[in-house]
Amino acid sequence: MDDVTYETSFDDVVNEPPLSGVDSDAFAGTYDTTEGGRVYTVTGQDWDTVLAPDAGHHERVVVNMGPQHPSTHGVLRLILELEGEVVTEARCGIGYLHTGIEKNLEYRSWTQGVSFVTRMDYLACMANEAGYVLAVEKLLGIVDDVPPRAQVIRVIALELQRISSHLVALATGGFEMGALTAMTNGFRDREEILRLIEMMSGLRMNNAFIRPGGVAQDLPEGGVEQIREVLDKLPRQLDGVPQLLVDNGVWKDRTSGIGYLDLAGCMALGVTGPVLRATGLPYDIRKSMPYFGYEQYDFDVVTETSCDVYGRFLIRIGEINESMRIIAQALDKLEPGPVMVADKKIAWPAQLSIGGDGQGNSLDHIRHIMGESMEALIHHFKLVTEGFHVPPGQVFSWTEAPRGALGVHAVSDGGTRPFRVHVRDPSFNNLQATAAMCEGGQVADVIGAVASIDPVMGGVDR
Amino acid sequence: MTETPDAPGVSAEVVVPSGATTIPVLDVRSGMFGGSGSGDTSGYGGLVRTIELPPPTVRPFGGWFDEVADEVGLALADDGLTFDEAVIHTVVDRGEITFHVRPEHLLAFLRRLRDEPGLRFEICAGVSGVHYPHMVGAELHAVWHLVSVTHNRIVRVEVSASEQHPHVPSVVSVYPADDWHERETFDMFGIVFDGHPGLTRILMPDDWVGHPQRKDYPLGGIPVEYKGATIPPPDQRRSYT
Repeated sequence: MDDVTYETSFDDVVNEPPLSGVDSDAFAGTYDTTEGGRVYTVTGQDWDTVLAPDAGHHERVVVNMGPQHPSTHGVLRLILELEGEVVTEARCGIGYLHTGIEKNLEYRSWTQGVSFVTRMDYLACMANEAGYVLAVEKLLGIVDDVPPRAQVIRVIALELQRISSHLVALATGGFEMGALTAMTNGFRDREEILRLIEMMSGLRMNNAFIRPGGVAQDLPEGGVEQIREVLDKLPRQLDGVPQLLVDNGVWKDRTSGIGYLDLAGCMALGVTGPVLRATGLPYDIRKSMPYFGYEQYDFDVVTETSCDVYGRFLIRIGEINESMRIIAQALDKLEPGPVMVADKKIAWPAQLSIGGDGQGNSLDHIRHIMGESMEALIHHFKLVTEGFHVPPGQVFSWTEAPRGALGVHAVSDGGTRPFRVHVRDPSFNNLQATAAMCEGGQVADVIGAVASIDPVMGGVDR
Repeated sequence: MTETPDAPGVSAEVVVPSGATTIPVLDVRSGMFGGSGSGDTSGYGGLVRTIELPPPTVRPFGGWFDEVADEVGLALADDGLTFDEAVIHTVVDRGEITFHVRPEHLLAFLRRLRDEPGLRFEICAGVSGVHYPHMVGAELHAVWHLVSVTHNRIVRVEVSASEQHPHVPSVVSVYPADDWHERETFDMFGIVFDGHPGLTRILMPDDWVGHPQRKDYPLGGIPVEYKGATIPPPDQRRSYT
C-alpha cells in the first residue's frame, strides 16, 4: 500500500500516443508510469483508454473520488481502493477549503472573531458562533451575566439553524442517493428557515449574530409572529419527508445496514452527534452539560439502535421535530429586556437597525455619539477599534452543533485579541470514521455512508 | 526556530512539584496602547507588565476534581507511578481542571483516565497546539480535552515540548480519534507526535514549508489602498494588547 502513488500532477502527465484500438482523441486518458504501477488520469468519457486491451490490468484499482464530485458533499477527496465493486480501503483527502481561520482570529479582536468562526461550518453558522462565544464568555467570567432574553434568542437562533442544517442533510443525502424530490423539498423548506434567520440577524448565512455578552440585535417587531407562522406551516410541509425518506422501500433498501458503526466504534473514533445517537446512546450536550439555558426546555434526545445510514437520517428527522418543540417553548419564554450584558466595558455599544441604506448602527445611537456625548463617542471608538481585554487563561467549550460536539479551546494572553483559538469541528472528527464505515462495502454505499456523516468541508478544513 | 535573544523571555519553570505555586509567565510587555518608538512624554511607555497564566493550584482542588486526581493517582500505582511523578502541576481555573503531565508518563496517565471505572474518559476531543514563544524550553504545548460520557466530566491534559526538540508521545494508541487531530497539530505547529501511525500534513499542501500557527510565522496579507489612504494588512496593524 505504501508504495502506491495515488496522484499524478499535471506536469508529469505524458500524453502518450493513443493506445491501440483507440482513435486519436483529444479527450483520451493519459497515463504515467510510477513505481506503484500505471497511474491513469481520466476526466470522463475516456475509460476506454484505461480498459484498452494493452492498458495493463491490475487486480487492484485505486480511484480518486473527488475533490470535485457532485456526491462527495463538498470538496472532499475520497481515495478508494477497489476490488471490483468492493471497497478494500477508503481514505479521505481534506484541506481543499483550508482558509486559516484559526490563525486569522489571532489578529482580530475577540468580537471580530465571531465573523470568522461563523464561516467555518457554513450550514451551521450559529452553532459555530455559539461555541466560540461560550468560550469567550467563560474566559471573561460572564456566562451567568448574559441577560435571559439574549439566551432565549440564542436558543431560537440555534434551533432554527439546527432545523435548516438537518434539512440540508436530508436534502443532499437524498440527492446523492438519487432521491431528487427529497432534495427540492428540503431546500424549499430550508428557505423558510433562512428567511427567519435573515429576519433575526439581517443575513441568511455567516450571521455574526451571537456575540460575546449577548446577541447583535433584538428580534424585530413582528418577529415572534413570523416565527410562529412558519412553525405552524412547517409540519405540514415536512409531511412529504416520511414518504420519501422513511417508509420508502427503495430508500430503505439503499440505506439500511450500510455505513455500520456501533457504539464501540463511535467512542474509539470520538464520533458524536446523530451518528453516535444512531447507536442508541442518548448523548446530547444540550442535555448533559446545558448551556444558554437549555436545561429549561422540555425536549427528548432522539435515538435509534440500527447504527446505520437509515437510522442517522431518522434521527435528523426526529431532531427537526424536537427543535420545533424547543422553539415553541422559547417563544413563550421571551420576555422584554436587554439582549446584551450590562457591563459597558464588554457590551457592544450599539444595536443594529435597518436604515435607508441598508443595515447599520441604529440612528438613535449615531445621534447620541455624534451629537450629544463626547464620552459616548470615545467609549464607542475604544470598544470597537481596540476591543475588550480578556484575562489570561484557557477554557474549553463543548456544545452540541447539528453535526455533533463542537469543542472550542480558547487561550487568552490578557489582550484584546485571542492568543489561540482551536475549534474541534464535529465534521473533521467524524470524517475519520469513513474508513470504518466504508471498507468491505460497495462503492455505491460509500456515498450513503459519507452523506450520513454529513460533513461540511468548511468546518473540516477551517 | 528563530531565536530572539533580546526578547524579554522568561524561563518557564518546567519541573515544579504538584502543589507548588510558581506562576507560568506568558509574556512581559512594556508601554501602552500598542505604540513604540515615539517620543513618549506621558510616562506610559515605561510601564512594564508581566502577563501570567493562572498559577498552579494546591489541594484541595474542589468539587469532583479531587476525586479524579485521587482515582488516577491510585490507578497509576499499578504502573509504579505516583500522581506527583506523572503530573508536573495542576491548575484549576474558571471551573476547569488542567493536568500538566510529564511527556514520558502521558500514555500511562491517559490510559488510566480512559479505563478506570471511576474515571471513564471515553471521548478524546482532539489535541490543540499552543505556541508560547516566551516560555523558553517549553514553547510548544499540546492540549488534550477528554470527555467522560459516563460521569459527565471534562478534563484537560497538557504536555509541553521545546522548539529545539518538539517531540511528544502520540496518544493514537489510546484514543484512535486523535489521529487526524495530531496530524493537524503537527501541520500547524510542527509538534512531532512520536508513535503516530502516519504523521503527515493534513490541511496544508504536502510540500508546504513551515508551520503556520507558530507565533513567528507571519499571517501575510497585502496593504489595501482606499481613497488614497493605505490600510496595512492585519498583522501590521496596531495591537492594543
